[in-house]
Amino acid sequence: MKLTVDQLHITLENKAILREVNLEAAGGDIVGLVGPNGSGKSTLLRTVYRSLRPADGVVRVGGDDVWELSARAAARRTAAVLQDAGTTTGLSVTEIVALGRTPHHGLLGRDGPEDREAVAEAVARCGVAPFAHRDYATLSGGERQRVLLARALAQRPRLLVLDELTNHLDIRARFELLHLIRSTGITTLAVLHDLDLAARLCDHLVVLHEGAVVAAGPVLEVLTPDLLRDVFGVRGDTERHADGVVRITYAAEPLDLDRETEPAER
Amino acid sequence: MAVGALLVVLVAVMVAAVSIGAVNIPVGDVWGILLHHLTGRGTTGDPALDQIVWTFRAPRVALAALVGAGLAVAGAVLQTLVSNPLADPVVLGFSYGASLGAVLVITLGGAALGGLGVSGAAFVGALAAGALVFALGQRQGRLAPTRLVLAGVAVGYVLLSVTSFVQLLATPTELRTVMFWMLGSVAGAQWSQLPTVTVVVLTSTALLTLFGRRLNALLAGDESATALGVDVNRLRAVLLVISALLTGTVIAVAGGVGFVGLMIPHLVRLTVGADHRRLLPLSALLGAVYLVVVDLLSRTVNRPNELPLGILTALLGAPFFLWLLRRNKGLDTI
Repeated sequence: MKLTVDQLHITLENKAILREVNLEAAGGDIVGLVGPNGSGKSTLLRTVYRSLRPADGVVRVGGDDVWELSARAAARRTAAVLQDAGTTTGLSVTEIVALGRTPHHGLLGRDGPEDREAVAEAVARCGVAPFAHRDYATLSGGERQRVLLARALAQRPRLLVLDELTNHLDIRARFELLHLIRSTGITTLAVLHDLDLAARLCDHLVVLHEGAVVAAGPVLEVLTPDLLRDVFGVRGDTERHADGVVRITYAAEPLDLDRETEPAER
Repeated sequence: MAVGALLVVLVAVMVAAVSIGAVNIPVGDVWGILLHHLTGRGTTGDPALDQIVWTFRAPRVALAALVGAGLAVAGAVLQTLVSNPLADPVVLGFSYGASLGAVLVITLGGAALGGLGVSGAAFVGALAAGALVFALGQRQGRLAPTRLVLAGVAVGYVLLSVTSFVQLLATPTELRTVMFWMLGSVAGAQWSQLPTVTVVVLTSTALLTLFGRRLNALLAGDESATALGVDVNRLRAVLLVISALLTGTVIAVAGGVGFVGLMIPHLVRLTVGADHRRLLPLSALLGAVYLVVVDLLSRTVNRPNELPLGILTALLGAPFFLWLLRRNKGLDTI
């Protein structure tokens, strides 16, 4: 389903967090949202999963302004895997996956065959069946992220929003998750810290810097030496290898020491 | 399934509690008398026994069950709403508001609060405290969990110091009444109280259980719950109001019974898990069973004197709770 972010402005506590942000994702594409800490990536995601209401600008999913849809209707289109862990103590893995069915029911709704089917399918696809009856608190980081992804898939969404899904995971778990996301074919907007991972996973990249989009497009066109220097403050280059994967090579002395590490206080 | 089993246990415990006392009445006679009054069939038999069963013990046992159920459900919901395992009607200040209202009327007379009785004053006190905590627990127009808990604790301390001050003005007889009230008792139960309490406890429990799926989503965290289509702020506001009304109603008739609202929900979570669609009905039933048993003990262990409920709820419950906690090694986050 198509995601369109149109002229978005967000101001929180008198500070401009996002300025004139435009973005598009459609057709099963995976769009990576990258940028240094504090560039507004998570804030942008919040506007997409209808947690933050913009004063200016529109976020459309499937052609509709998300704030014209009810909270439940929006959540039937968009699922998110976020970093707030909550206190899911006492829920089994299957029960956590079944939380994905929440937007499909009103107060009187009872679980039906469609719910069980959606949960079973998500459990199978994400490979969480081996620990389906364990307590979430006892799982490893990679297992937890697979459970949360299964919860999102049980929502049967047509847009996936992912916030740092692969943080703190070992290399095998990272690649497993990337493979899983690719295999769903769902249009995805993913915040990623790791540029190598972003280059490998994404069809397109959108670079946020101090609340504004400074570059957007195919990975190789976006991650130029200039951009690496200006936005991330490192020296490096990207090239597409013979296997089709875009890799970043950082310089022997990657730090641009003439640049201040933190932007000066304004 | 578990609900049915606990329901059978509750009925058995209630009948036993009605039959045991200063005069022990055979269970068969108790059934006969209860059935006669509830269905109009059969005979009452001995009028003295009929009076003991129907006038004194039955309303008391029924009230204990309702109060236990109400406190346990309110505790379970509050723990989820503020995502804090220590939350209950006491921590959120409701109980201290009720105490202040009740103590004012006991020591200064009903005229002090515009002619309200002890129950009325306690109810108003609980809701006023709830409203204050609600107002102080907001940040930028949203109810913030940590802020709610801290506001509840702070408001509770202020109310407790005022209550303590008022107690200095009380006579020794009044002080004994105050103590019984603050530790909770259903000794004064009357049939006339039961319809209101029954309606409030049953409808709130049913209503809160309907919100069970959304409460489950809240366990995933506020942002994740939002992404699951839950209007978190509105859910928190609506359910806090229902919980405050429920708590105010049961504290008004039974006083400040502690520990039930804190412990029973955790007991149920540790045994059947945290899905609120099971947690809330089972907490209601277990809370009811527990308080009926505690009330039975409170009037039998030290005959002819009675103990306030609050002394036994913790004394009996805490060791069992700690034992259960030790058995569940995986649950380090509780």
